[in-house]
Amino acid sequence: MTEKATLKSTFKALIYMAPMLTIIMTFNIYPIFRSFMMSFYTDYNFFQNTVNSYGLDNFITIFNDAQFWLAIRNTFIFVLGVVPTSIVLSLGIALMLNKIKFLSSFFRSIFFLPFVTSTVAISIVWSWIYHGRFGLMNYFLGQFGIDPVAFITDPDYAMLALVIMSVWRGLGFNIILFLVGLNNIDENYYSAAKIDGAREMGRFFNITVPLLGPTTFLVSVMGVINSFKVFDEVYALFQSRPGPARSALTVVYYIFQKFYEENQFGIAAAAGIVLFLIILVFTLIQMAFNKRFVHY
Amino acid sequence: MEELRETDQPIKLKPLTVKKSAGLSSVKSEWLLKGLAYGLLTIGAVSMLIPFIWMVSTSLKTPAEAVAMPPVWWPSVLRFENYARAFEVAPFGRYFLNSVFITTVSTLGELFTTILAAFAFSKMKFYGKNILFTVLIATMMVPSELLIIPNYLTLSRFGLINTYSAMIVPYLASVFSVFMLKQNFESVPNELYYAAKVDGSSDFNFLWTIMVPLSKSAIVAVTILKIIGSWNAFMWPLIVTNDRMLRPLPVGLQAFTTEAGTHFELLMAASTIVVAPMIVIYLFLQRYIIMGVSKAGIKG
Repeated sequence: MTEKATLKSTFKALIYMAPMLTIIMTFNIYPIFRSFMMSFYTDYNFFQNTVNSYGLDNFITIFNDAQFWLAIRNTFIFVLGVVPTSIVLSLGIALMLNKIKFLSSFFRSIFFLPFVTSTVAISIVWSWIYHGRFGLMNYFLGQFGIDPVAFITDPDYAMLALVIMSVWRGLGFNIILFLVGLNNIDENYYSAAKIDGAREMGRFFNITVPLLGPTTFLVSVMGVINSFKVFDEVYALFQSRPGPARSALTVVYYIFQKFYEENQFGIAAAAGIVLFLIILVFTLIQMAFNKRFVHY
Repeated sequence: MEELRETDQPIKLKPLTVKKSAGLSSVKSEWLLKGLAYGLLTIGAVSMLIPFIWMVSTSLKTPAEAVAMPPVWWPSVLRFENYARAFEVAPFGRYFLNSVFITTVSTLGELFTTILAAFAFSKMKFYGKNILFTVLIATMMVPSELLIIPNYLTLSRFGLINTYSAMIVPYLASVFSVFMLKQNFESVPNELYYAAKVDGSSDFNFLWTIMVPLSKSAIVAVTILKIIGSWNAFMWPLIVTNDRMLRPLPVGLQAFTTEAGTHFELLMAASTIVVAPMIVIYLFLQRYIIMGVSKAGIKG
């Protein structure tokens, strides 16, 4: 009993998909095109919804805006700070969790905990931990004879504070992905290697490391993409400011400021397009890689 | 490495007694490694938990204890009245109800739209199926930050800015959920579907009485991920609400940072109110969350 698509079955399927399609078309697909259009609006009247002229002015404006470059620079620093640190730590933890049996899932649950909690709430807790005078962090540093650091108000340390918190928060997610990757490695490789007399270290470097390559790549690209979109953390950690002296002004924060605080819709849209293009590059790399190397 | 990957059918091995011949030193180093792993994992787990412990501990302190140096690890008397105080200083009761309402409606709505759509994609034949699915998947690559500005304009055209609808309607469907459910629905054998059809059961009936119960765990996973996302959503609700009484918890909490001033015990009590419900859900339904995340991660 194999059916083929008919007009009737297509009509029926459309009815089933209609509620989803209505929402997705209105709030996911249409706005993609609208955003592109908006980035070329140079004279837009919000109240009458009329566009008087189009042009490249928005892009010219952002590329000449020192704030925009600062946002790009800060975002790259953030990504470079968070992603490698998180990969190394989460890979190490995943390997250890994979090694032990007893309490393994208990530890995993703890590492994953921040993932389910509100970024805003957690960032506020961290801003309390980072408090210059009464913060726990400075108390710990004090135990090692380090002078108090004003993490939240000193431009030199704000980014560091943001990176530490973000690594802490994202660790569990990466650990889960590494555990899946480790699970997908066939046990027989290890058994075979044991028969051949390969030691623990040998098995690790000759089986685990190469076979975990695709997972590591996937986790890195996803980390890069997600880190590029950082906003909630910044907003909550630095009390609705982009860090002291804009030291934590990120690309999404820049978009937010242009749109929400300055009502510069066209400029905000143009900055959004730039963000989209940056992320697109990484997405395409990931897709090309998946096609080539990931076979499960 | 190449040979290993190319091996399609790894040789099946009988349980081996290799360990016996491994010698004493290797057993010792095995124990040492495990001990080291437990030690490091404990340090890691404690660092993960300290912010949560510190949040709860501060929330139960007196104002003086909260700013004491050296820090008071656990308050001598638990001041639960801090929570009552937080509810007085800001309308956290209202924020809480707002969050519950927004989360419930958008979750139920999304389940309805995505279950129907996933069914069409998994079991129905129709023209343009592959193209449509590819287009939908492609939308997942677009950062949601790009959609904020046009969506704001769309909603303001409909006069929906500063309403609950603004926080609910755009989230009544999700391509990610359709994708997850479609995969699961596909694993329900077609024979079951055809048999039900022969018995005169309608598609709609089959979907809700057989397909949905059979895909329970995937649906639960999608539901919980949606609840967490909706509960914790911040930027969009911040942008589309001006009225304090419409705020969901994260937006209310953020505003509270200025309202609470230097009363860290109140701020931490409020943070605990926001975080606690999701931690409870996590403790009970963890396995579904982790299942959902691992599937989502692999598919990118």
